[in-house]
Amino acid sequence: MNHDTCIARLEGVHKRYGAVTALDGINLDIHRGELLALLGPNGAGKTTSIGLLLGLHRADSGTVSLFGRDPQDIDARRRIGVMLQSANLPPTLKVRELIRVTASYYPRPRTVAECATIAGITDLLERRYVALSGGQQRRVQFAMALAGHPELLFLDEPTTGLDVGARQGLWNAIRNLVATGASVVLTMHYLEEAEALADRVSVIARGRVVSEGTVDALRAHVAVRRIRCLTAVPLDTVQAWPEVEDASMQQGRLVIATQHAEVLVRRLLAVDAGLAELEVQRAGLAEAFTEITRDSEAADAAREAA
Amino acid sequence: MNILDGTATPVMSTGRVVHAYVEEARAEVIRYLRMPGFLLPTMLLPSVFYLMFGIILGAHNSPDAPRYLLASYGTFGVMAPGLFGFGVSLAIDREHGLITLKRALPMPPGAYLVGKMCMALMMAFVVTTLMICLAVFGGGVHLGAGHIAAFYLSQTLGVLPFCSLGLLVGTLAKGQGAPGLVNLIYLPMAFLSGLWFPLPMMPKVIQAIAPVWPAYHLDQLALSAIGMGQGGEWVHALVLAGFTAVFLTLAARRLARHG
Repeated sequence: MNHDTCIARLEGVHKRYGAVTALDGINLDIHRGELLALLGPNGAGKTTSIGLLLGLHRADSGTVSLFGRDPQDIDARRRIGVMLQSANLPPTLKVRELIRVTASYYPRPRTVAECATIAGITDLLERRYVALSGGQQRRVQFAMALAGHPELLFLDEPTTGLDVGARQGLWNAIRNLVATGASVVLTMHYLEEAEALADRVSVIARGRVVSEGTVDALRAHVAVRRIRCLTAVPLDTVQAWPEVEDASMQQGRLVIATQHAEVLVRRLLAVDAGLAELEVQRAGLAEAFTEITRDSEAADAAREAA
Repeated sequence: MNILDGTATPVMSTGRVVHAYVEEARAEVIRYLRMPGFLLPTMLLPSVFYLMFGIILGAHNSPDAPRYLLASYGTFGVMAPGLFGFGVSLAIDREHGLITLKRALPMPPGAYLVGKMCMALMMAFVVTTLMICLAVFGGGVHLGAGHIAAFYLSQTLGVLPFCSLGLLVGTLAKGQGAPGLVNLIYLPMAFLSGLWFPLPMMPKVIQAIAPVWPAYHLDQLALSAIGMGQGGEWVHALVLAGFTAVFLTLAARRLARHG
């Protein structure tokens, strides 16, 4: 699905709020038909990046474009759908009315019934928004985001508050939209979601993209693997080995983090013939992510110190 | 499900734009009609005041009192939908992130305000109807068809300067602070404009500064509408239009800058 067309872009964008630098020369491209996940700790600049692409703020410097236009141009925004985590909708309106008024802003909207089917809320249409559970409200917001038949959807932490079943349903709906040619930008709270869903992940930290690539590439970025086993070798001995980055005892098991798993496994087996329940695992996305943001912070600190 | 043509910018026809304004206004009206806790006090407070002070007490003092106070309490009544409908609801929508969402969505600029304005005009119309009914059937005030038409016109359109003042307040206050701030403007202005006690009964200073307040000018127009005016209608109408323009400009600037 990945054509080589960029439909939204941040190029060398700086944005400050008073003394706080929210974005520090960020570059970000969004391509047609892709599902891009923005990951990063709170305050990293995800929300500001999205806000600029939605035309909510102006960049201090750099270029922001949406379908080749300024996002503050309403014609550009007629091609996008939006779901903002922070928005509370009018409580007394019914779900049908909320979708209907949102659809009216667009030139070629979906029907209310179509939105409701995709978002799985056909049974909620006559309910007032205030009477819905948090998860149901998220799904209504999703239905509103796709009401305009958008080519690009911005979904700000869409699965917050959803139970496992509803989350799976939303993931499927998002995958189906992408399959019909829409692009989706997600900001995420749960890293596993990126693994399950995204074509591409951009990790944002301190106002810049610090890593960009497929989920696999992101994980490969971190060479750390974890060894677990039951062993009689004392912890201090293991901690003294040069290949060991970190070692600890967790629930009676020795857990080692290392970039040289093979060497260490060989040595452990040589030292302790009675070693049992050996496991070697590549670090998960969560660890990769922590590693990457820590690396970038360390690099920043080094640069500032220099 | 059809795949959209990738390069063409979709065109929003004039008909679709008008439709968006209508849908926004419809949603806004429905939204508040389902909030009796917001609607009823706004509508009933001026009617109850008028019934107590204008009809029951006023008629004892002078036979002309119910007619004179119809203008005052009518004006008091139409200030509220403008000030509260815009001020409080905008402040709450801002706090709840609804304005942010609407700015991100391709809502036609102005649809949100036109929607709220429709709601305010409708409420002003209902308040005016209640007041006229009380005056005619309760206070025995004689109103010709011309009086009634002119009174409706001045009172319904008279909500607009207060809409724009409310809008400005709504951009200054956020959420829970707004009702207090609106009341701080609403009640003193009503008093100082002579809506509770006729201006001739008030101290000279208050009479002298009364023309500063938009409510004073609307009261004068309302008095003219029911045949108790002292002339100068065009001046009052122009002053009100001026107030509207100034508040609206200031509010629009703040909204564009801060959202």
